[in-house]
Amino acid sequence: MKHVLVRAALCAALVLPAAAQAHKMWMVPSATVVSGDDAWVTVDAAVSNDLYYPDHFPAQLDQLAITAPDGSAVKAENPWTGKYRSTFDLPVPQKGTYRIALVNQGLFASYELEGKKQRWRGKADELKTGIPAGASDVQVSEMASRVETFVTQGKPGGDALKPTGKGLELVPVTQPNDLVTGEKATFRLLLDGKPAPNLKVVAIAGATRYRDSQDEMDTTTDADGTFAFTFPKAGMYWVNASTEDGKTSVKEAKRRRVAYTATLEVLPE
Amino acid sequence: MRRLPFFALALISAPAFAADMALTVEIPTLKVAEYHRPYVAVWIERDDHSVAANLAVWYDVKKADGEGTKWLKDMRQWWRRSGREQTMPIDGVSGATRPAGQHRLRFADGKPPLGTLAPGHYELVVEAAREVGGHETLRIPFDWPAKAPVHLGAKGEQELGQIDLDLNP
Repeated sequence: MKHVLVRAALCAALVLPAAAQAHKMWMVPSATVVSGDDAWVTVDAAVSNDLYYPDHFPAQLDQLAITAPDGSAVKAENPWTGKYRSTFDLPVPQKGTYRIALVNQGLFASYELEGKKQRWRGKADELKTGIPAGASDVQVSEMASRVETFVTQGKPGGDALKPTGKGLELVPVTQPNDLVTGEKATFRLLLDGKPAPNLKVVAIAGATRYRDSQDEMDTTTDADGTFAFTFPKAGMYWVNASTEDGKTSVKEAKRRRVAYTATLEVLPE
Repeated sequence: MRRLPFFALALISAPAFAADMALTVEIPTLKVAEYHRPYVAVWIERDDHSVAANLAVWYDVKKADGEGTKWLKDMRQWWRRSGREQTMPIDGVSGATRPAGQHRLRFADGKPPLGTLAPGHYELVVEAAREVGGHETLRIPFDWPAKAPVHLGAKGEQELGQIDLDLNP
């Protein structure tokens, strides 16, 4: 009897879609809409199963890229990394929208050494030294991910959300800090600066601990890369899309996996 | 009949032509452990939610270094529709927070802050947000200008009490 149950559980785990098992990386700002000239926000960044409960792994702050409304790069204040989360503060003196991003670019490799499967991850220039000489069946893939959130002081706007042209990026049609319940919010996804059509986009409201189901919403980008959600409730939403292609930047890698995640705050009407 | 001097005539005729609105905003007395006076915004919206006139914004104007502006965004509808476009303080509109009680305001057509309101359908919106407290928004639809004196009202449940709007042609 026990065996049957264990086997059933294993089978269930195997057939679950990859996204359902994957840990979610996120940043959550203490506020997304601020007023007054000396406003600050504090941001938590972590990798976890539930939204937004840091219970697994802290985000790495060396990947942090913060852009002010005037397009300049901003340094985080009071950065700290703990057991389960990283946190930092950000003064937001400029009027307009700040883009806070964790940008991760790297390589994954699997290989066999002395009959054992091994895994490696690192940067492109570490690949040669990272994989031992005797390794066989070496498979390298590239990973480009961007995890973002936005904070607006005063009126939304500025240059921070101009696409960099690398990987998957979100372009606002509706300003990301202008979202209210019951109103359609529209965005575009770009892949390497070009419209990303036919991508599945998922949105999950935070506070998953306090409900039974994920209540995942999903949609698909149109030919122009455009997608829209009408958020039913106020709160923080985790919005995610990913895809794979062969456009790698290193010749050893055959596949590239690109992902985009945003934390968006929806306010009550 | 003796002819009135020109200036006297102007004094008499002015009110007859200027439509006006009288507004009473009640801030309820709340029995709570920690009480702060609410931030209140009063404005007029067109049917498309664009702002036709900002009538009043009560916030903590006395705090050092304009720190009171930090909480203006808590009046989140006003902030989204209009507040974030403004430079505070707004002349003749913004002022200090008010204590519990009834506050009477009067606005005349053609004069700031009401200005000249094109004939049409509008909503008067009163939004209150209180530190360590709640948030409430009341809306009173009205047609402008009134053809006869009109009395309109709305009643809040938490952060606002009775709102009375009297329109005079």
